Amino acid sequence: MVKVPEKATPFFAYAPAPESRAIVDIAASYGLFIDGEFVEGHAKSFKTINPATEEVLAELSEADETDVDLAVRAARRAYTRVWSRMPGSERAKYLFRIARIMQERGRELAVLESIDNGKPIKESRDIDIPVAAAHFFYYAGWADKLSYAGQGVNPQPLGVAGQIIPWNFPLLMLAWKIAPALAAGNTVVLKPAETTSLTALLFAEICQQADLPPGVVNIITGAGSTGQALVSHPDVDKIAFTGSTEIGKSIARTVAGTKKRVTLELGGKAANIVFDDAPLDQAVEGIVNGIFFNQGHVCCAGSRLLVQESIAEELLEKLKRRMSTLRVGDPLDKNTDIGAINSAEQLRKIRTLSEIGEAEGGERWSPPCDLPENGFWFPPTVFTGVTQAHRIAREEIFGPVLSTLTFRTPAEAVEKANNTPFGLSAGVWTDKGSRILWMANQLRAGVVWANTFNKFDPTSPFGGYKESGYGREGGLPGLAAYLKGTD
Amino acid sequence: MASAGAFDDITASESSLRRFLHGLPGVDQVGADARAAGLGTRSIKTTAKAFAIDLAIRMVDLTTLEGSDTPGKVSALAAKAVRPDPADASCPQVAAVCVYPDMVAVAKQTLGSSGVKVASVATAFPSGRAAIDIKLADTRDAVEAGADEIDMVIDRGAFLSGRYLQVFEQIVAVREACGEAHLKVIFETGELQTYDNVRRASWLAMLAGGHFIKTSTGKVQPAATLPVTMIMLEAVRDFREQTGQMIGVKPAGGIRTTKDAIKYLVMVNEVAGSDWLDPDWFRFGASTLLNDLLMQRTKMTTGRYSGPDYFTLD
Repeated sequence: MVKVPEKATPFFAYAPAPESRAIVDIAASYGLFIDGEFVEGHAKSFKTINPATEEVLAELSEADETDVDLAVRAARRAYTRVWSRMPGSERAKYLFRIARIMQERGRELAVLESIDNGKPIKESRDIDIPVAAAHFFYYAGWADKLSYAGQGVNPQPLGVAGQIIPWNFPLLMLAWKIAPALAAGNTVVLKPAETTSLTALLFAEICQQADLPPGVVNIITGAGSTGQALVSHPDVDKIAFTGSTEIGKSIARTVAGTKKRVTLELGGKAANIVFDDAPLDQAVEGIVNGIFFNQGHVCCAGSRLLVQESIAEELLEKLKRRMSTLRVGDPLDKNTDIGAINSAEQLRKIRTLSEIGEAEGGERWSPPCDLPENGFWFPPTVFTGVTQAHRIAREEIFGPVLSTLTFRTPAEAVEKANNTPFGLSAGVWTDKGSRILWMANQLRAGVVWANTFNKFDPTSPFGGYKESGYGREGGLPGLAAYLKGTD
Repeated sequence: MASAGAFDDITASESSLRRFLHGLPGVDQVGADARAAGLGTRSIKTTAKAFAIDLAIRMVDLTTLEGSDTPGKVSALAAKAVRPDPADASCPQVAAVCVYPDMVAVAKQTLGSSGVKVASVATAFPSGRAAIDIKLADTRDAVEAGADEIDMVIDRGAFLSGRYLQVFEQIVAVREACGEAHLKVIFETGELQTYDNVRRASWLAMLAGGHFIKTSTGKVQPAATLPVTMIMLEAVRDFREQTGQMIGVKPAGGIRTTKDAIKYLVMVNEVAGSDWLDPDWFRFGASTLLNDLLMQRTKMTTGRYSGPDYFTLD
């Protein structure tokens, strides 16, 4: 055997491989998409920026109460006159058409998503856009089979759905909301997050291209007050919200005592649990994918690593080596693994909580990496020596920051994993099938992944326990959330 | 780091060796495939591509292992190994020429002092179905004829029936028979089937003193694949972590295009680390790959594609 060489080997530096921006055409300003057309808003406008460069991308209208009312009225008209009366097989045709156009314009949607959100092009290209289209395909198939949805022989739509989505997966969350609502015969008023509205507005264009009847989909841009107006509008039958637990609670308070149905997808602090018999190299990939996917802006991110004490040292060494190969930078570069943090506000929050983590005694580590000067960036970070009492083990950071805790027995792993106000997801890594099943039964989380993490499929329901919200999206339960049963 | 001889306990008996190999962390096939596919999506352009192409050329073990091989054919191949692109003096030479033992002398004569090594398969290649004495004689024969490197095959039958110590002892014996020549240990991963087996075979060969671990003979399908090579790269990385010793990796068979070769180099870079980006530590066992690398290289320098007729056959 030969000893390690002394000579320096050349470094394989990947040259920049940027995806072209030429495919997208961003207008200087956008109106609101109401009743099938883009119209001027009544109130002021706001700017949306590229978080990787802080360049202003476009001016957007902030919908006020009048605009929200117009949108809800358009949705109601479309609901009573057209959409709820249309045979399911006809609705399906529109949904299939939308899904196909999304695929055809996939590159355009992916580039626009990366510019507006800051996520790496490989994620928007390989995950966000294809999975969004898959949701439309999946629910299109249900539109004429609602009698088999488990809601009685002739289930009915709810009416007008007000939908509010977050900035982490803008188009994908739009698809999660709109596809089942439309398949079930509802019409929608959707508000994208104020920092990431552009793909929703491009989706509005796709609705036009698909000849979707006016008013079936309405897209109103704006921030919190727009959302508040939508939530409290008396003629909205259903509120579907994905976002922070704090706002979710406020929505629940607003609609309490009304006839409105609500589904809430809120925060998470998922435990990713690695046992000593786990496939270690794949577990490292799962940890990386769990917390650094989409800059950690994932409600079901595996932000708490629970690792069995006997392998903790070895696993962390492997993890750190793997983290050193993560490429942080230009979201449009095809080799970028971690893009920009979505907003200055979010970056502040991540920094604050990380500083608290250090102050409370956690040991902080990031691989050396050059961050761009402009824009919002945070290096992949892991904390070791974290205990249940640390804030970084309890609060959702929503960034590329992993807190590591150890355990000794399966029972202790379960206890620690469940000791959180949240319960959206969890991961279990072990070669032992029986232990996976036992753990899945013990963990109070909506999704439990075994030997994988952050896998999404339209057929699989998704939702949380406790402060992670209520109601399910995806699969049959996701359809049922937009139907009322008649027997 | 483990000191020399730290593994003596492990290889002391069949049962201790089995316990060790079966105690290695398992490989989750779905996860391993996904990781390998993910690495395959890296986009290597311009300067990085030029660097990768030249490096890949320098890593080629230019191979002919046919019953129909003749001295003329081997000699032509050796000439090509030294000057892969006669039209471009800046084109690097390949790492080695890989032939059957009876062709070693011919290859050696043509290669002369060029620095291109002669690798010879041995040990009843490709099946390995022969008595150990014959395998050792085969090896000595190749070494005496001047082979710098010996590519041996393991006894897959023994491995699959769990007789790990027998496989281990055979590798040790062949290594001794190699003398100064470097030893590459071929697993024939297409016959081992599972990634767990690949990881165990990797450790077995490293413990037995192989200089290189190699995927395949090229005579069995599937030959080299990205995930299998990744498992082996993880093994050499972990072995260095524990012992400080570096082992080379050689995927062989089925790598035909520049695009494929670059995927392997990305994997070497990100899984094992840049120390392995050197012909001393990573090789491609290939024949048709070289011409595709040359075509892409010409395209990079001239901006134009040439037809296959502008590159030598072998």
